[in-house]
Parts: sequence; C-alpha cells; structure tokens
Amino acid sequence: MKQLFPLPHVMGFVFSLILSLVALAVVYFDLSYTAGMTILLITAIVQASLQLLLFMHIGENSDRSTLYTNIAYALFVGVVTILGTLFTMVWGYN
Amino acid sequence: MKWDEFFVTGEPMIYASMVAIAVVSLAIPIGLTYFKKWGYLWNEWLTTVDHKRIGVMYILSALLMLFRGGVDALLMRAQTARPENGLLDAQHYNEIFTTHGVVMILFMAMPFVIGLMNVVIPLQIGARDVAFPRLNAISFWLFFAGAMLFNISFVIGGSPDAGWTAYFPLASPEFSPTVGNNYYSLALQISGIGTLMTGINFIVTILKMRAPGMKLMKMPMFTWSVLITNVIIVFAFPVLTVALALMMFDRQFGTQFFAMQNGGMDMLWANLFWIWGHPEVYIVILPAFGIYSEIISTFARKNLYGYKSMVISMVAISMLSFVVWAHHFYTMGHGVMVNSVFSITTMAIAVPTGVKIFNWLLTLRKGKIEFTTPMLYSLAFIPIFTIGGVTGVMLAMASADYQYHNTMFLVAHFHYVLIPGTVFAVIAGFYYWFPKVFGFRLNERLGKLSFWVIVVSFNVTFFPLFILGLNGMTRRMYTYSASTGFGPLNLISAIGAVGLAIGFIILVYNIYWSVRYSPRDTTGDPWNARTLEWSTHSPVPVYNFAKVPTVDSLDAFWFSKKNKTPLAEGAYEPIHMPSNSGMPFIMGIAFFFAGFFLVFSWWLPAIIAGLVILGTMAFRTFERDHGYHISVEEIERTEEALRGERK
Ligand SMILES: [Cu+2]
Repeated sequence: MKQLFPLPHVMGFVFSLILSLVALAVVYFDLSYTAGMTILLITAIVQASLQLLLFMHIGENSDRSTLYTNIAYALFVGVVTILGTLFTMVWGYN
Repeated sequence: MKWDEFFVTGEPMIYASMVAIAVVSLAIPIGLTYFKKWGYLWNEWLTTVDHKRIGVMYILSALLMLFRGGVDALLMRAQTARPENGLLDAQHYNEIFTTHGVVMILFMAMPFVIGLMNVVIPLQIGARDVAFPRLNAISFWLFFAGAMLFNISFVIGGSPDAGWTAYFPLASPEFSPTVGNNYYSLALQISGIGTLMTGINFIVTILKMRAPGMKLMKMPMFTWSVLITNVIIVFAFPVLTVALALMMFDRQFGTQFFAMQNGGMDMLWANLFWIWGHPEVYIVILPAFGIYSEIISTFARKNLYGYKSMVISMVAISMLSFVVWAHHFYTMGHGVMVNSVFSITTMAIAVPTGVKIFNWLLTLRKGKIEFTTPMLYSLAFIPIFTIGGVTGVMLAMASADYQYHNTMFLVAHFHYVLIPGTVFAVIAGFYYWFPKVFGFRLNERLGKLSFWVIVVSFNVTFFPLFILGLNGMTRRMYTYSASTGFGPLNLISAIGAVGLAIGFIILVYNIYWSVRYSPRDTTGDPWNARTLEWSTHSPVPVYNFAKVPTVDSLDAFWFSKKNKTPLAEGAYEPIHMPSNSGMPFIMGIAFFFAGFFLVFSWWLPAIIAGLVILGTMAFRTFERDHGYHISVEEIERTEEALRGERK
C-alpha cells in the first residue's frame, strides 16, 4: 500500500493550495504595493515550478530534444502573450 | 431569474422550433425502442473508444451543426434581402448572427476537422488507435455537451447576442442582462476543454505511435498538418480557457476584470480573445491544407512538390499565427507603433501561404489530373482562397483598415477564406475518405452537381458583399433604408444563399442515394491513392491493420503497389485493444447539466453535477482495465471475410 500511495502528488497538491492561499492573502491584508507584488511574484514562480516538476513530469523525459523544443515553444508563446499584451494594451495604447 | 423568462416567448418561429425539438426528442427514444436499437446504440456508439467511430460521430454532429448554422445564415440573408424588412427584429437578428458565428467556427468547422483527424490519422501513420482512446471519447462527449448546451439557448433563456467575439463591455451583465452570454462562456468552456485534450492526444499519437520506419520527414502531409495544428491547439486554447473563466467571474460572481471602472479593462477581453482567435483560424485552416495536399497529389498522380518547404511553411505559419492578433482591432485605440508592427507580421503570413499555393500548382504541373469530386473542390479552392488571401493583405494594412473595419468587406473576406479554406476542404475530405469508413464511394455525378451548385452560389452570395462593404454597409446591421442603395446587391446575395442551401441538400441526398445504391468497394483503395490508410480493408476492421506495416519512404503504399512489395511481413500476432467504456458519455451528461445549472446560477444543482464529474474521475482512478486481446484465429476469420473469401 505504501508504494502505491502517490505521496509527492498529494504533497504537491497541498502545497499548491497553500501557495494559492498565500497569494490570496495579499488581497485581504493591507500590504504595500511592493510587498504585495513581491509575494505574488515569488508564489507564482514557486507554483509554476511545482506544477512543471510534479504534475507535468518535466525532467522525467529521456528525450532531450523534444523537451527543449517544447520549452522553447512554450516560452515563445508565453513571452509573446504577456509582453505583447503589455505592448498593445499599455505601452502602445493612446 | 423569473420563471416566465425561462422559455423564450413571443416569436412564432421559436414556438415552431420548440415543437420540432419536442417531436424529435420524443421520436428518438420511441424509434429506438420500436426497432430495439438501444443496445446497438449503447454498445457500438455511446461507449465506443474506437477512433473511427468517434470520428464518424464528430462528423455527424458537425453536419448537424452545419445545417443549424446554415439556417441562421439563411434567416440573416432573408432579413437583409430588401430594405426595411420586418422578418426579424433587432434583438433576434443579434442573436442569430452571434450563434451563426459560434456554431460555424466552434461547433461545425472544428469538429469536422477533428472528426477527419480521428478517422484518418491513426490509419495514416499505421497505428491501431490514438494514444489515449478513452480520453478521445471524453473529448468527443465534452464537445457534444458544449454544442448541445449552446444550442438549447435559443428556446431556453435566450441566445447570446453580443457577436461571436462577445466584446466587453457589451457582453457584460450591465448591457447583456439575459443568460445568453452565460451560455456562451460555459458552452465554449466545456467544448474547449475537450479540444485541448484532443490536442494533447494527437500530438502524442503522432510523435509516439507511427509505424516502424516512418521518420518525421516521411509522414504524409495531412499528418504533418495535424501535428502542427494540435501544437497550436495546446498553446492557444489555454488563453481562451482563462478568458472565458474571467468572463464567467465577471458575469456571475461580480468581478471587474473587463469592467470599465475599478481597475478593470474592457479591451483586455478583445485582446485575450484574439490571442486565441487568430491561431484558431489556423487550427481550422492548416488541416485543410493537409487535406488538399493529399487529394492533389493523389489525383495528379504525382508526389507532392516541395515537401520540405511545405513543412517549413506550416511551422512558420504556426509561429506567425501567435504574433498577429492585434490586426483584429486596429481601430480601437492603439498607437502607430503597435499598428505598424502588427501590419508587418500579418503581411508576413502571406509569404509561407504563398509558398504552399505555388507548391500545389507545381504538383499539378504535368500531372495526369483526374477530375473527381474531391479534386474539383481542391482545384476550386486555389483561386477562390487566393481572393480571400489578397483581400486579407488589404485588410492587414492598418491605415487602410480604418476604411474596411467592421464593414461587409471584412465579412466577405473571411467567408472567402474560411469557406474555400475549411468548408471545401472538409467536404473534399469527406468525399475522399468516405469509402474508407463505409466501404463505398459517394455518387460522383451527384457530387459534381452539388459541387457546381455550391461553388457558383458561394460566389453569388459573397462577392456582392465586397462591393457592399466598399459602399459603406457595416456588418451586423439588421436593416437599412432604401435610399442607401444597398438593396439590389443584398438581394443577389440572398439568392446565392438559397443556392448554397440547395447545394448542401444535394450533398445530403447524395449520402442517402449512395447508401442505398452505390456499388460496394472491395479493393480498399478505390482512388488508387498513396498513403497507408488505403492499404487496409474498407470498411476498416476494428484493429485497423492485421499486421503493422513497415515504412521506408514517403508514400510507402504507392511504392509498394508499384514495386509489388508487401508492406508487412510475418505471421499474425494477437492484438491488444482498449475496451469500451460508458464513463465518457456519463461524464458528458454531467458536464452538460453542470453547465446548464451554472448558466442560470442554480448553485446547488450545479455543485451536485460537479460532484458527479469528480465521481467519474475517481471511478476511473480506481478502475482496473487492461483492455482485451483479439486472438490470431479471430484475425484470420475477419481478414478472410473482408477479402470476400468467406461469407
Ligand atoms: Cu487574425
């Protein structure tokens, strides 16, 4: 039974809930802008790496080139979406 | 929510459709009981995980939705056929152009393309099924639940009415107080999750399950196009998922993401929508390019010209499709810098697309062309699509777009892209692969008749819209005065729309006629084609290939026919197959009800339906199902029967 229990996944699930709660706390406690943003950024990065490592099995793949292509494509789309949105909606907006 | 708002009232057409829905939903169970078909329906279709059957169900639903969206289109064209027409009021017209757009893109084009992928891809790469057959069934039932949820909106609660793009603030609860746009966010969300899973499923299938020897650069062009399409799906759909979730929060939980005050930003919706929306265009166009490549090279009896450049241009299109989205809202307040950047990226897409057009033309050059129905569609596609593409470049110029934006010129442009691009392709693919699935061809004479009716009527319907747009007619106008002079061209367009309807009716009649009278094909290769799917029997046995083929070149089946070398050797071995499951179907029903209750903000029933969804997942987690094996004797028996050696 012990081997069958997916301990890392359950731990990951609990951690992601905790991280979400910490992020939510920024709204409920009266924090300064920098403090709030710092907490949000840190929880976001930890959350993302948690998802990638535990649930998306990054690093368990023996096929390196597929992995890197995947990451490159994801980075491309992510960066384009975020910077592109800032570009069209904030920096370049009349 | 008051109960008298639950059913849509006050329109004779709505009452008629309510009666029709009631009659159909009574007739189906009565018919099934009378003909004792419940068991057949459950065992062979509702619980199936066979990619071919799932594909057939996708295509059937897509045809159904084609007619639903087509009726919307006919109503719109009838309403605008003459000035000051009173057939529809403004509200009804708004609902109809909204549902026409959503149904045609998300519930007709997408499932038709995904249906063809399902039927063809495993066969084309020499696999026995997709990588995750059960997930595939879930994808289908989620799509179906979403489609049905969207479709009941017009009799229960009212349809969405803010356009298929549902721009904020118009789609906010303040300006769209009916439940219509709740249907929009939830139905699209449910079917979108299904699409996302299809994306992952097909990427894994194509990367991991190809026949031995089929290197990436030896894959058929349709397989390549589907691989790239699914990569786009996986990267584009999450944006829609997030945008729809934010929309739901805004409409039903009082958040202000897309509001105009309290730090919200209404334009952010348009931005997120098109970050998904433009790649979506390529999700429905790239597989179409793949279909045309297969058909053109088959009926020109030549290998595809410029295989490598075809692949490279598709990869280029997939990257470019993510960096052009702002061209959909040039006029909504950006500075010169933003508009210039997006103008340039948009025009850049014309380059790889042009490369593909020339590749097809050079494939045709000096070929022994055979004018079958699928080939006719492919040949008609090239010039008509080019008109769509060239007007696209006109629209891509930001400064000129201030003139075209939101006029009928734009409407004409995207119909000139999507109809020859996607609709002709799926019809061509339907004619082309039909004999593979059902074992007989559709009638060629009726096929060619409907082709000519459709192609001519298409141009009669949509060409006048270019001129109307340049004359200043804006889209989504439910009526206009006679003094505008828009009357005659709109009348011509309406006549064309009737022609299109006739063309599609002939197509359906052709299916009926061919089921009854078409001669059965025993070769499995009625078109003398090139790719692996034609090397097995038609209709395809459940295990696809009795022996897994080995591939050493592009168009391996063509060369095995020419050199008379067999594709597979060795003795039969027992085949491992996935077993059927009712779980995906039950999950689809649960999702439908969860969505329906959420639309009306009935939280308690929605939570219960949500628990049923979680229950099906928990059930799956603890289920032990290792599939089953087909024995060698059974394979021999099936193969002999399919070769006609045993009755
Ligand atoms: Cu676009």
